[in-house]
Amino acid sequence: MSEGMFGVAGSGDTSGFGGLVREAWSAPTAERPLGGYFDEVVDALEAACPVFEQAVSKIVVDRDELTLEVEREHFLALITTLRDDPSLRFELLSSVSGVDYLHTEKRLHSVYHLMSMTYRRRIRLEVAVTVEDPHLPSVTPLYPTADWQEREAFDMFGIVYDGHPSLTRILMPDDWDGHPQRKDYPLGGIPVQYKGATIPPPDERRAYK
Amino acid sequence: MTDAYAPSRETTEGRVYNLSGGDWDLVMGGVDPISEERLVVNMGPQHPSTHGVLRLVLEIEGETVTDARAVIGYLHTGIEKNCEFRTWTQAVTFLTRCDYVAPFSNEAVYCMTVEKLLGIEVPSRAVLIRMLLLEINRISSHWVWLATGGMEIGALTAMTNGFRAREKCLDIFEAITGLRMNHAFIRPGGVANDLPDGMIERIREFVKDQRTEFKGVDKLLRGQTIWVNRLKDVGWIGVEGCLALGITGPLLRAAGLPWDLRKTMPYMGYETFDFDVPTDDRGDCWSRFVVRTAEMWESLKIVEQILDRLEPGPVMHEDPKIGWPAKLSLGPDGMGNSLEHVHKIMGTSMEALIHHFKLVTEGFRVPPGQAYVAIESPKGELGCHAVSDGGTRPYRVHLREPSFINLQATAALTVGGMLADCVASVASIDPVMGGVDR
Amino acid sequence: MGIEEKLPDGVLLASVEKLVNWTRKSSLWPATFGLACCAIEMMAFGAPRSDSARFGMEVFRASPRQADLMIVAGRVSQKMAPVLRQIYDQMPEPKWVLAMGVCASSGGMFNNYAIVQGVDHIVPVDMYLPGCPPRPEMLVDAVLKLHTKIMHEPLGPKRAKKLEGQQVELIPSSYRYGRS
Repeated sequence: MSEGMFGVAGSGDTSGFGGLVREAWSAPTAERPLGGYFDEVVDALEAACPVFEQAVSKIVVDRDELTLEVEREHFLALITTLRDDPSLRFELLSSVSGVDYLHTEKRLHSVYHLMSMTYRRRIRLEVAVTVEDPHLPSVTPLYPTADWQEREAFDMFGIVYDGHPSLTRILMPDDWDGHPQRKDYPLGGIPVQYKGATIPPPDERRAYK
Repeated sequence: MTDAYAPSRETTEGRVYNLSGGDWDLVMGGVDPISEERLVVNMGPQHPSTHGVLRLVLEIEGETVTDARAVIGYLHTGIEKNCEFRTWTQAVTFLTRCDYVAPFSNEAVYCMTVEKLLGIEVPSRAVLIRMLLLEINRISSHWVWLATGGMEIGALTAMTNGFRAREKCLDIFEAITGLRMNHAFIRPGGVANDLPDGMIERIREFVKDQRTEFKGVDKLLRGQTIWVNRLKDVGWIGVEGCLALGITGPLLRAAGLPWDLRKTMPYMGYETFDFDVPTDDRGDCWSRFVVRTAEMWESLKIVEQILDRLEPGPVMHEDPKIGWPAKLSLGPDGMGNSLEHVHKIMGTSMEALIHHFKLVTEGFRVPPGQAYVAIESPKGELGCHAVSDGGTRPYRVHLREPSFINLQATAALTVGGMLADCVASVASIDPVMGGVDR
Repeated sequence: MGIEEKLPDGVLLASVEKLVNWTRKSSLWPATFGLACCAIEMMAFGAPRSDSARFGMEVFRASPRQADLMIVAGRVSQKMAPVLRQIYDQMPEPKWVLAMGVCASSGGMFNNYAIVQGVDHIVPVDMYLPGCPPRPEMLVDAVLKLHTKIMHEPLGPKRAKKLEGQQVELIPSSYRYGRS
């Protein structure tokens, strides 16, 4: 949900657009048949993983990509099946990143992009946690490549990965407070003087949202 | 008078002290406390040989490295968070500074992701120009790798030759985009400007010239005993290690697996071009040198094929609500506004004025959703995960940078080797710290 | 500081001042402080096409103890700032700082939490060079202007006073480089 048309509030804006309220968009659940190789993958996963029903809360097919929204409790079992099952074989964990969906209940999403080199397929897994309880199982024992990427997601978003060998800050200085890429963390710029005018930093400017 | 440290006695010659070396006894007895201490050396962020602001904390025994840790974050710029406060087109100027040695790759992968989110097709001439710039960028990135790697190992002529050859690549970039580095040229919807006149002949000459340069550097380095000995059997990692650590790019190909996204999961029309994917089976620094130099030859092949295929056409998406009508040209005051474009929007067409205004102030709106696109950058698999909430600004942009992932191999490559090999191994990973830290 | 700093002021020794300044500017050794994109352009400045060796600057000293000029090339993040100050402190007098690029001069396009908005928050800067990144030719121009500035620096007690007061003079571009 986002309010307002311009980036700042209380600026004396009388256009009426300042009161605009837009609902957040959430992807619609995909209908079977999913198309392409997605059906094969989901069927093979359902057959191989005993906790499929509890683990996968939503299947989304959008822009030619398959996204599985996964519950935290069964996440490790699911991703182990994805790596080990011979008809799935997702050997390479391409990317682990965090996203902060500010106005939802489970704000912090950890997004995993897996790639199967054998079958030339990609899949995305998304796990959501709240800020009060931001714990997730770490996939580093399964995919060592997630080591630094999980550290980055911890540093930037505050998602705590249980089971990670050394979860510390990686990009910010070690004693930094706060998690910079969360949406409620300010961009932190300073106003700039230019030719007699002072321009506020980008997050405080009036601009279209 | 007694001395606490040495007993003394008076003699006819003066005072004589009796000293016994306590620690020498310990050393000879093998209980020297120093031998149990660990020597930790810091190759700090400011160092001529650590390829940028990378800090290596090495635990050394003699000359052998027993443990290695890479500390990064000295160049963290918050590029991804900055993009959330700019329009989709303005974000290109930030993302291009991630991997600053191969800036076109960052721009291209981001623009491809945005186009996937928009669901639009880019005109074919724009695709060919993008591929042309990407391949010449691959060549210039490998030149920087060769130059800086050579300098770090001590081969200073590799640096002077490499940068001189790279200047010729930069001349092409400057003629096409206007800037030598960090060009914000590839934009969502196409490219900013068409190729100037006479560019095709100029690139053909450039290709011929680069071949001479490659042969020159080959003669300089390939048979040179010191170069060979510094690189052979140094910093080995095998295919299983690479896949576990998520390493892609020349390191994976040097280990033996011919995984190149341009061939295996083609994008942008690469499947219609004829080129090989060089691999080598040794998995050490020498293999990476062989693979990267071979890749430079292959990129030239692709450039020639692109030049043959260029057809006249638009270079930006035709929907005026998305396509940025830049068409910049050098005006009489040295600034870039194109006078004919200004005449068109001010004089003739009201719609063009409105579209220009909306694009420049508000930017285009991207339907909500998320997308991930990956390309083969000179360093490995470069991916961009973009999330849109339906607005004019990216909700989240994350770059899956190959240098960040590949640098996790530092410990695997350096432990067990010597301190000097550590420099050669890190140079062969070819990390670009702007991409690592973003 | 060397013996030349201890010589008394005066008309007789004005030419010594010029001589010392000329020697200082003719072989300014830069300390490698290449951070980001500007570092690549700084390396291109040392490369054959725009040669820094003709100004006596091809030797990029890795050790700050042997360097005179610190070219801060690139964006300085919060984590890197103490390192920058430490390297600056390790350089012996006389030393100069050239802030290369907009990120070093003022934070550049990155007006955010992670980047120091100008290295003059950390070290005193003698020459600011805008550009993103500045071409090697622009870096040559900045270096030549810095040479002119060095030629006009006082010696001895005047210099000590100036260093405490840290006054910055603007050099008009009508000075002819290298001759005065």
